[in-house]
Formats: sequence, structure tokens, C-alpha cells
Amino acid sequence: MRERRLLVGLKQADLARAAGISPAYLNLIEHNRRRVGPELLATLAAVLGVDETTLAEGAESVIFESLREAAAGAPTEEHAPEVERIEEFLGRFPGWAALLASRQVRMTALERSLEELNERMAHDPFLSASLHEVVSAVTSVRSTAAILAETDDIDPQWRARFHLNIYEDSIRLSEAAAALVSYLDASQESETGLMSPQEEVEAWLARSGYDPQAADAPPPGTDEDYVTRMPELASTAARKLALAYLARSRQDAELLPEDRFRAALADVGADPGLLARRLGTGLAPVFRRLATFRQDEEDGVPVGLVACDASGTLTFRKPMPGFALPRFGAACPLWPLYEALARPMVPIRAVVELAGQVPQRFLTYSFSEPRFPAGFDGPQVVEAMMLILPAPRARPDGERAIGTSCRICPRSGCVARREPSILSVDA
Amino acid sequence: MGRRILLIEDEPHIAEAIRFFLARDGWTVATHDNGLDALEVIRAQEPHVLVLDVMLPGRSGYEILADLRADAGLARLPVLVLSARGQEGERARAEAAGASRFMAKPFANDAILAALRDMAGS
Repeated sequence: MRERRLLVGLKQADLARAAGISPAYLNLIEHNRRRVGPELLATLAAVLGVDETTLAEGAESVIFESLREAAAGAPTEEHAPEVERIEEFLGRFPGWAALLASRQVRMTALERSLEELNERMAHDPFLSASLHEVVSAVTSVRSTAAILAETDDIDPQWRARFHLNIYEDSIRLSEAAAALVSYLDASQESETGLMSPQEEVEAWLARSGYDPQAADAPPPGTDEDYVTRMPELASTAARKLALAYLARSRQDAELLPEDRFRAALADVGADPGLLARRLGTGLAPVFRRLATFRQDEEDGVPVGLVACDASGTLTFRKPMPGFALPRFGAACPLWPLYEALARPMVPIRAVVELAGQVPQRFLTYSFSEPRFPAGFDGPQVVEAMMLILPAPRARPDGERAIGTSCRICPRSGCVARREPSILSVDA
Repeated sequence: MGRRILLIEDEPHIAEAIRFFLARDGWTVATHDNGLDALEVIRAQEPHVLVLDVMLPGRSGYEILADLRADAGLARLPVLVLSARGQEGERARAEAAGASRFMAKPFANDAILAALRDMAGS
């Protein structure tokens, strides 16, 4: 059923709605954990455009259908697939047949994603209008500036008029550019239905206050059912990430129970070094517990957390108000997070100033730790983390100047810049 | 009296700049700012060359171009199409619609002048 659904490009939620059942229930059916009655089977088959027998017969029938669809899409001139011998192929080479069928299903799903993205780029009215506005203003500025630069004997009245035009166009241009940047920055992936698994997990954590253990903690052994019920976790990949998160946060909670952690926090404050010493544990669980621990509304300190792997890819983002985190691509190379990545096991405390219209200061604690999950002969896996807290009022040793990511960083003259900014003229 | 050119462009500052450098180059320039009655204006002005923006209020430059090419009296009028979309696909579309030349925005003033002189000469 799942193969067929992916093949026709339906989301789980769409099929569930059309069949009048919940997405979670459909998910259980798709994973062979619930039986389907004849009426529901007929409805599902109708929505998916296959006959009930095909749907009930399961995998082999789906593979057969997928192979037929692959054959139908093949170029027919040369090496045309022998459609009449599909059953023979399936019987003699079941492994190859399943592989070919799964490639066909995957290709169809990817083609649909590509179409959706193309559709968005081509038909997003705001994007199109904003870009048109930018190009029009730039055209006017370029043409008018060329006249002023290249015409020696220009009439003073014309000169004044062209200066005014350039001035007006520059305002128009900066407004259009700012609108475009904020749109691209803030637009939610949910609009496209193309959220990444990591973003699905972040949406789920944001709703559950980053502490699913405290909110509506799933009883041990029921994590799989729990993640199935979470509306944000639509993809299998996201549910897998969520399961890993649940397992790790449970370990952290066992290591640092709420009462003990709360008492230590009240005693030494939100300093991960002091907390680790007081609690007799490593820094990593303290970092995670501090960022996801539910504090009192009135005296709680907001805490953000980012983590990256050895490639520098951000693997976890818990936002801190005012500290913009990049949605796509890599972050600012000057983040203390990356310094920690380069210096494993060295704790780094730094006050940073984040570039922006109103620069903001934050206190950061960073740390990275190599692990050898496969034992002595296995590869080294490194995870770096950076806690982000409100900055103290003043520090004698000054702040480090950082940004969000080069592309949207207005800081000029930065020696670590890896690509020009769309916000800075001299970048 | 120089050669007559009609510029159909809805962005007033772009139209003003083009008008200025064309006039200095000796052209007699008329401008119009929408697509709705563009065809009537072209017929009335009888330009030697037409500069036509693609995105216009009322009707698009391509619709106007299609009508021009279907009109026996205007089918051979040299038309320079201006577009804010600069991809090759857009150029091919303009040429298929009957444009004599295509130029993407933002353009260099010299490039427009050179193209128009060439078009008027031919």
C-alpha cells in the first residue's frame, strides 16, 4: 500500500483524509501492524487507483505493477523491455526485480518533489513579483547612472532629475531586497510540503517544549507508537531521528534526574562547567539537559543549543531568541562551535556579538567530544555543541564578532568570509 | 527629423532613461506605458522601430507581438523585446513570438543603441 501511495505521489495525510481514517492509523496499516477490513480496503484501493486484489496481495503484486510502469516509461526505440515476460523476470530474478521496482518508485517520488520545487520557483507570486521589482530598479539605476557618468554636457535640470530617479530607485531596491531576504529567511518549509526530516523533528520539539520526557512522556517501550502519533513527524526518516532523540533524552534524564538537576542549577547557576563538576558527570549530558530542561516561567533563563558533526553540518538546532540560526547551508565559520570542533575536549567560553541591524550579544559555551561507537578499531565520531545564553552586561575582554551565515551577514571586511553577502555592498 | 521609435515600457524611470539617450542619438522618441491599447498606439505612431517590454499592465508584450505579426501592415516592423527574465528560454520564446532582437534587463545603454541602429539600418 505504501509503495503504491508513493508511486502515485500521495502523502500519508492525503490518503488518510480521502479514506476517512487518521494518518497514524494508516501508518500502522502500511507497516502491517493493523488488519484492514474489506470496506476500508475497497476505499483505499479506489483512492490509489488499483484493484483490491493487487492491494491485498501485497509486495509481489506491487513489484509487478511498478515494473510495468517502469517499462511503460522506457524509451521504446532500442532495447525495449520485454513486457510480456515480466512474470518470468520476477520469478527468476526476484532480487533484481525488487531493486528495479524500488528504483522506479523512488524515481517517481523524486520527480514529483522536483516538480513541486520547480512549480514553487516558477509560480510563487511573491518571489516572482519581488525579483521583478529588484530587476526593474537595478535596470533603471544602471541605465540612469551610465547617462550621468558618460554624458559630459548634461543639462543641470536633467542631471537633478536623474539624481532624484536614482535616489528613488535605490530606496525601492533596498525595500525589495529586504522583503525578499526576510521572505526567503522566514518562509516555512511546510508551505512546500518539503520539510527535511531534521526540520520535522525540530517542529515536533518546538511544540513539545524540547522536553518530550516531561510533557507527555511515552511509557517505556511505546516510543514507536508515540512518534507515529506526532503530526509533525510525517516521514520515516524523521520518526527514526525522533526515536534516537527520545532514547538519548531518556538516558540524560536517568543520569541527571529532574530534582538533582534543579537543585544543582539553583545552586551554581546555568554554568555547564560548574554543573558537570557538581553533578559528577561529563559536559555533553549537561549541555543537552540545560538546553532542554523545563525551567520555571519566571526565573528561567532562555538557553539555545546547536550541535554539529565532524563535517560542520548542524545536526541539532534549538533556537535562542535573537540568535538567528541558518536554515540552509553552513553557519558562520567564526562560531565558537567550530573552534571547539577543531579542539576536541577543550571547553570554550566566549561572549559573541551577532551581526544584524541591532547587533546582539550572547554568552556561549562550546565543547566537542570524540567517540568511538564501534570500539577500538572503529572510526572516530565527533560531535560539537554550543550552548547559547543571554550575555552578561559587560565583559572586559570584549566580544567575538560573528554572523549567522555568510550569505545573509552584513558584516564588512570579515577575514573569514567564504562567499559574498546579499546584504553587504562591499562583501 | 530623426527616425521614429516607439518605446512601450511601464517603468517610468527606465522609460525616461532610454528616451534620453535615444533622443541624444538623434531618434524621435514616443513612449507608452501599458499593453491594453498598445496596438492602437503603434498604428497611430507608425514607428520605424518598436522597443517592447514583456511585462506590461493589461496585456503582455508577447500578446502584442503576436497581434503585430498577424497584421499585414505591421508584420515586418522591427521589434526589440526587453525582458526582466534573462534566461536562454526567454530569448527563444521571444524569437519564436517574432521578436527581431531580444535584450535582458538590466542592459547597457550602448548595447541598446547598437541594436537599434542595426535594426533601423536593416
